[in-house]
Amino acid sequence: MTDTTLSMPVQVAPRGRRIRLSVIGDHFVLILGALFMMAPIYMTLTTASHENLTIHREGLQFLFGGELLNNFDAAMFGQGGFSGEITGMSMLKNSLILGMGFALGKIVLSMMAAYAIVYFRLRFATFAFWVIFTTLLLPLEVRIVPSYEVITGLGLANTYTGLIVPLLASATGTFFFRQYFLSIPEELVEAARIDGAGPVKFFIDILVPLSRTMIAAIFIVMFVYGWNQYLWPTLITTDEGLYTLVRGIKQIRQSLAESNQIPAYGQAMALSIIAILPPVLIVVFLQNWFIKGLVESDK
Amino acid sequence: MATVRLSNISKTYPNGAKAVHPTSFDIADGELIVLVGPSGCGKSTLLRMVAGLEDITTGELSIGERIVNTLDPAERDIAMVFQNYALYPHMTVGKNMAYGLKNRGIDKATIAAKVDTAAQMLNLTEYLDRRPSQLSGGQRQRVAMGRAIVRDPALFLFDEPLSNLDAKLRNQMRIEIRALQRRLNTTAMYVTHDQVEAMTMADRIVVLNGGQVEQIGTPSEIYRAPASTFVASFMGAPPMNLIPAHYNGNGTVAVGSLSLPIARPADHKGEVVLGIRPEDATIGGTTPFKLDLIEELGANRLLHGTIDGNAFTVNAPNDDQPLATDLTLSLPNDTLHLFHGESGVRL
Ligand SMILES: Nc1ncnc2c1ncn2[C@@H]1O[C@H](COP(=O)(O)OP(=O)(O)OP(=O)(O)O)[C@@H](O)[C@H]1O
Ligand SMILES: [Mg+2]
Repeated sequence: MTDTTLSMPVQVAPRGRRIRLSVIGDHFVLILGALFMMAPIYMTLTTASHENLTIHREGLQFLFGGELLNNFDAAMFGQGGFSGEITGMSMLKNSLILGMGFALGKIVLSMMAAYAIVYFRLRFATFAFWVIFTTLLLPLEVRIVPSYEVITGLGLANTYTGLIVPLLASATGTFFFRQYFLSIPEELVEAARIDGAGPVKFFIDILVPLSRTMIAAIFIVMFVYGWNQYLWPTLITTDEGLYTLVRGIKQIRQSLAESNQIPAYGQAMALSIIAILPPVLIVVFLQNWFIKGLVESDK
Repeated sequence: MATVRLSNISKTYPNGAKAVHPTSFDIADGELIVLVGPSGCGKSTLLRMVAGLEDITTGELSIGERIVNTLDPAERDIAMVFQNYALYPHMTVGKNMAYGLKNRGIDKATIAAKVDTAAQMLNLTEYLDRRPSQLSGGQRQRVAMGRAIVRDPALFLFDEPLSNLDAKLRNQMRIEIRALQRRLNTTAMYVTHDQVEAMTMADRIVVLNGGQVEQIGTPSEIYRAPASTFVASFMGAPPMNLIPAHYNGNGTVAVGSLSLPIARPADHKGEVVLGIRPEDATIGGTTPFKLDLIEELGANRLLHGTIDGNAFTVNAPNDDQPLATDLTLSLPNDTLHLFHGESGVRL
């Protein structure tokens, strides 16, 4: 009996497929969760499609209005700020530079650090690793005042370098790459030695390609992390030309509000949507790599 | 093609472990030497010292006419095949084979030609564009062989290359490797803990025990005249029967109440170990044998039992006749081996 009931759906499929109650339950929860997460984004989008006056009077909007394109256009290409220099495009560019620069810088630095720690017989390699590791206890927020001092002292305020470099100093990437390198079989290293691959060739020909899923995973995490930075860019960039999206959204509203006009709510909402998009796109398009990097060992 | 000379090579690991005691032997041009011994006896360590993957603590190693103690693995003109294949997972089969040549700065056309030749030799031509993960274990092992062949080295090194394969494939690859090595006439050093592999492949066998060489010899020397009880019990399947006995110098050894004549007098009197290969004993004779258990092997069967209380195995042709539990054996006196009672050295 049990046999027949079990094999029935397979044989009679697809019409006779029975949906079990628990599946409905699961989906109900998932859909509810998704709606809950998506609702603010939806409302940002609908609100972005109304005139500032309407938003100012009536608050957040639930239905689409007719101003969507206008607001996006103004947000992206309209001049803003005190100087009138910043546009949504310039902020988008800055955000991309910060996100990319941070993620790539982080990957290069941490891969090389992990390479040194794992593959070279350094004195105190373990000690060095743990010293690097303890920087996890000191995120930028904790050391923000001295970091600010150092960067302004070096004359790097209002530069991309000053924006990116202080954020790079942390151990997460090094830690992940170290663990990954340790899992690469010793024999592979030896085979490469016999094949005449020196340290640089081994790194470039073997280690980097082997780590590509790991690199992609770390890139995603780091890009999103860099993209979402708020405190440090706020502190170190006073030049409006260097504003990133995340801090610019607030700035637009503020500066307009201070000049006795109705805040440009619509534009701010449009910018919020723009600010959400790149991380979402990256995660959507690279998620296969991301998952591979976390679970697969292609060794 | 080269002769290899190890003079007093030894290895002490940084943690103080003495893995290989001073060892000397030569490998002739084109010869295949098998290092065999139980786990942890230092086979891999010795091989890796020859490869240059492990520093040589003392002694001198030469490959061809060069002393290579301080040379990098890549400069020693060797190729190594690893137990886990150690193929580069992200490269195709062709690239795996070509990588070492590419690093030597050889031009592309030459590399392609060499890879093609090797691939043909190993029946890998249709797999050249595949990744190692898309190959079976045997094919991967072939790629590893190919990677070694294209380098055209003076010396092949194998570290248990077949132990990840199933028994059937192992037999087949064993023959292939041996044939290939003969054909290329390249000197080779081959590590295994499988004595069948050692016996069938080797020109000469080096038996290691606890970092020390027990015996060096051709497979038949090792089989006919094992230098110690260790070699006697390690080489041969089923292993040689070893029975404690007493020798009083008068041409017979005493096993309990039994007395067996020996062919050749030994100059040690007192406690000895008497060795008899299971296949040298035959049913029907004068030595009483108490049968406990029969193991069927097809053409042969193994009779496990005791002689005067000592465990003893006979490898007899399988004639499908039922056997009684009380049998007699004949132990031809020229097949008896005598070993020193304490040191285990052959007398
Ligand atoms: N890196 C190392 N540091 C310290 N001791 C080591 C190291 N590598 C091996 N040894 C020791 O040296 C001895 C010989 O090891 P080796 O790997 O040569 O054995 P093996 O004969 O190849 O054994 P197996 O058949 O298991 O591979 C062992 O006792 C081992 O514990
Ligand atoms: Mg070993």
